Amino acid sequence: MTEPVQVTIDVNGTRHQHEVEPRLLLVHYLRDTVGLTGTNVGCDTSSCGACTVHLEGESVKSCTVLAVMADGCEVTTIEGLAPSVDEMHPMQQAFQQEHGLQCGFCTPGMVMAATSLLRENPTPTEAEVREGLEGNLCRCTGYHNIVAAVLAAARAGEA
Amino acid sequence: MIPAPFEYARPTSLDGALTLLAEHGDDAKLIAGGHSLLPLMKLRLATPGVLVDISRLDDLSYVRERGDEVHIGGLTRHHDVEHSPVLREHCGLLAHVAGVVGDPQVRHRGTLGGSLAHGDPASDLPAAVLALGGSMVLRGPEGDRVVDAGDFFAGFLETALRPDEVLVEVRVPKTGSAGWSYQKFVKRAQDWAIVGVAAVRGPEATGVALVNMGSTPVRASTVEAAIASGAGPTEAASHADDGTDPGADINASADYRRHLARVLTRRALEEVGVSGTAPGH
Repeated sequence: MTEPVQVTIDVNGTRHQHEVEPRLLLVHYLRDTVGLTGTNVGCDTSSCGACTVHLEGESVKSCTVLAVMADGCEVTTIEGLAPSVDEMHPMQQAFQQEHGLQCGFCTPGMVMAATSLLRENPTPTEAEVREGLEGNLCRCTGYHNIVAAVLAAARAGEA
Repeated sequence: MIPAPFEYARPTSLDGALTLLAEHGDDAKLIAGGHSLLPLMKLRLATPGVLVDISRLDDLSYVRERGDEVHIGGLTRHHDVEHSPVLREHCGLLAHVAGVVGDPQVRHRGTLGGSLAHGDPASDLPAAVLALGGSMVLRGPEGDRVVDAGDFFAGFLETALRPDEVLVEVRVPKTGSAGWSYQKFVKRAQDWAIVGVAAVRGPEATGVALVNMGSTPVRASTVEAAIASGAGPTEAASHADDGTDPGADINASADYRRHLARVLTRRALEEVGVSGTAPGH
């Protein structure tokens, strides 16, 4: 056993303080310590992107970040994206509208990767969306409607 | 997968990091983006006793023009290398290659210094820096030393970096409008290169380096010599696998890798504008 470390992490606008083992992964911190299970563990090897969250506003794979490395930082998970319980984020709306999901396992990571993508490039081409989502695997949809959803969200953001 | 237990330290200065390295020696490991080290730790292939987190040493994240060179801080993330206006103007190859490492999430975390210090023959950036004839600045207890890329990669995941040193800066020459090419052969978008070729046509010589053709990133010196003596792309590229020792794995046999190296090198040389001057080529 090694010395636990005190961390303060802002998750979805709420400040959390915990003592954690240094080896605790951010995704396990979010799911097991904070109790937000919207972020999924897929491959656990930073390949599939199911665990994508925003760290300081940018998409990262939370299975390959230590919780201690997020100390003092802002983390946004899928639970923190919507403005209220009654209202979805425009990206979530677009995924619903365009049916950008089937089983739904990859969806939280997909939505977080897509929102990070639009923050960096608000008006992407279809090719840029496909490339921008290269870090997220979906085994159901064939990606077509996911890409359509991200393009729809981009158009909605422009309007 | 959970890494083995370790002690965690986050020094607030480079000197603090050097002190910790001096104190713990081989048992300490630096972590920046963590996208090479953490996967190894999760597989328990790396089990450092002390993890020294230098990811917040923002002083080491920069891109600067310095005479004929561009100097890049070791902690500059792939994302920032990719989008740096200075690199896009003066060293297009490096900016481009940083943009094809992993995927956007990986590029938000991974750093140039980390990728080079890891020394993986299958990763993109070491071969790019090798083709460019770049160098690394290593800071240790006795100060800085500068190591050419050609002398830096020592073996599989081994570099000239000593356990008490930090890779603080990467230097690459300005290549201006010279042609460059990066050929990355993958089965899926975010995969490691099965084979890759980086080429840049400098004012005096053409640099060519290979990804995943041996235990280190390798310079294709026979190809470079053939170009220097006037060979065209096809003739020069036929030597691309000379002196290499590619491995075999689920993606490719060694012979297939040799074939890929020749084909990708020819494509790269055509793209950088090598035309050949010697008769018969």
